[in-house]
Amino acid sequence: MNLDSLTIAEARRALDVKEYSALELTDAYLDEISKRDGEIHAYLEVWEKSAREEAKAADALIAKGESKPLTGIPLAFKDNILIEGHTASAGSKILENYKASYDATVISKLKEHNAVFLGRTNCDEFALGSSTENSAYGPTKNPHDLSRVPGGTSGGSTAAVAANMALGGLGSDTGGSIRQPSSLCGVVGMKPTYGSVSRYGLIAAASSLDQIGSIGKTVADARSIFEGIRGHDKHDSTSLPDSFFNEKRTVKKVIGVPRAFLKEGSDADVLAEFEKTLENLQSTGYEIRDVELPNVPYSLAVYYIINPAEVSTNLARFDGIRYGLSVPAGDIQSVYSKTRGAGFGPETRRRILVGTFVLSAGYADAYYRKARAVRELIRDDFKRAFESVDAIAMPTSPTPAFKIGEKSDDPLAMYAADIFTVPVNLAGVPAISVPSGMVPREGKNLPVGFQIIAPHGGEDALFTVGEDVEKGRG
Amino acid sequence: MTKPDIDVAALAKLARLEVSAEELAKLGKEIPNILAFVEIIQQAGAGAEHKGEGLQNVMRADENPHESGIHTEKLLSAAPAREGDRIAVKQVISRRKS
Repeated sequence: MNLDSLTIAEARRALDVKEYSALELTDAYLDEISKRDGEIHAYLEVWEKSAREEAKAADALIAKGESKPLTGIPLAFKDNILIEGHTASAGSKILENYKASYDATVISKLKEHNAVFLGRTNCDEFALGSSTENSAYGPTKNPHDLSRVPGGTSGGSTAAVAANMALGGLGSDTGGSIRQPSSLCGVVGMKPTYGSVSRYGLIAAASSLDQIGSIGKTVADARSIFEGIRGHDKHDSTSLPDSFFNEKRTVKKVIGVPRAFLKEGSDADVLAEFEKTLENLQSTGYEIRDVELPNVPYSLAVYYIINPAEVSTNLARFDGIRYGLSVPAGDIQSVYSKTRGAGFGPETRRRILVGTFVLSAGYADAYYRKARAVRELIRDDFKRAFESVDAIAMPTSPTPAFKIGEKSDDPLAMYAADIFTVPVNLAGVPAISVPSGMVPREGKNLPVGFQIIAPHGGEDALFTVGEDVEKGRG
Repeated sequence: MTKPDIDVAALAKLARLEVSAEELAKLGKEIPNILAFVEIIQQAGAGAEHKGEGLQNVMRADENPHESGIHTEKLLSAAPAREGDRIAVKQVISRRKS
């Protein structure tokens, strides 16, 4: 088997006709991990023994002719998704020794498929960041250039897929945390419609924005993992009914581009790659139209109010009492503050404090409530635009992968990396990043992603346009 | 909007977060910069302030509890300190010394 060109569909075919076993496939990935992960550091923990057992169980099912789409497929899991009995640290010291007491719904679903769980992957602490540098366990390196970041926060999962250390993976996307690292690592990453995939068992960062999604080498791979994890869940009160997705939508091949918005801080060659992809789509019968999204330029500011507000609230649960780190102290107030001071890293502390401020009496109206109101305007912008187009296209990231350390001392420069991805989470719509070209930086070629955004429940449009982008690259 | 006067030490106390003096000094510069950056939203849509609809909190009904005790051992095994079937914590209320 050639891991460079292997896809889930091809692995499924080969496993089912017994060209190789699920155990051999898993061993091939474990070998790659032992060869390459020393320098890349995509994984925080590799579950070799249980992965082989899962592969054997998959082989038994395949032998009986009872395989499902993801049976025996080796996958990587972001460290903020709970798998019973395994450590889930969310890249934080405060959960260094925390073992999950239950399975996330996405994990139960993948267990029903008898997928193979290779290990847990590195991420920015509590999914806060854009480079994986905020992990308490050290940064992950970009497989295309080890001096550069893989993007974040799901940078461990995207680097693992890009370096053939997993056939696919799961991440979570709060403001671009699947799409941006997928763009920077040259893989496909998808953020589904808010509510289409259960968040039960995902360690919460910002609950109104968080969404679990899939990572693969191709659009078809990202789709097959998404199909395996989607669906209504009574354990997630924001989960959408399955009937929401039954509505038939026809994709008429009209793509909107908010050109006025794209100039901000984008590298010229990244924009040129984006335009080239649009031209390719045009030549295959797509109509490309300008669309106005007048409030979308406020997205980054709105996001960096709502995200810290929700983060400060969600992370209040980590106080050294029920689970995780607990720093002994003389009184209970000191147990709280010392545990949190010692357990949270610098960016997490910064967000908690900004969130505390924007929610505090006297300032909540001007910051948090105003941000919520502007968020509604942004949602309306998308709604209006989707009346005349099937999908909206933007670059995923304004730049290719940046150097490790380049932005880590400047929070605002780091936040700007999310400019094209956060509007999607604010609106709750689905989006996908598809590799569309390469740009040179210091003698290395770095991947660039093309982002496609669809209306709520419009995942099919993402896959249709995404596959046409792949065909255009040849 | 008038530039807010930000007391990072007071915020840290509200957030129950121990922050070193050195970090307080650093955050004292960074947080006002972040707030100055997000302030641009004040220019967005006049009248948007009073738009009440939109995202709502969703809660499940507080009913049909699971059978008592079935998750106790699993959850307590994650607790830093326990006494029997309870999580042990430092004394919360103390008698004021007269």
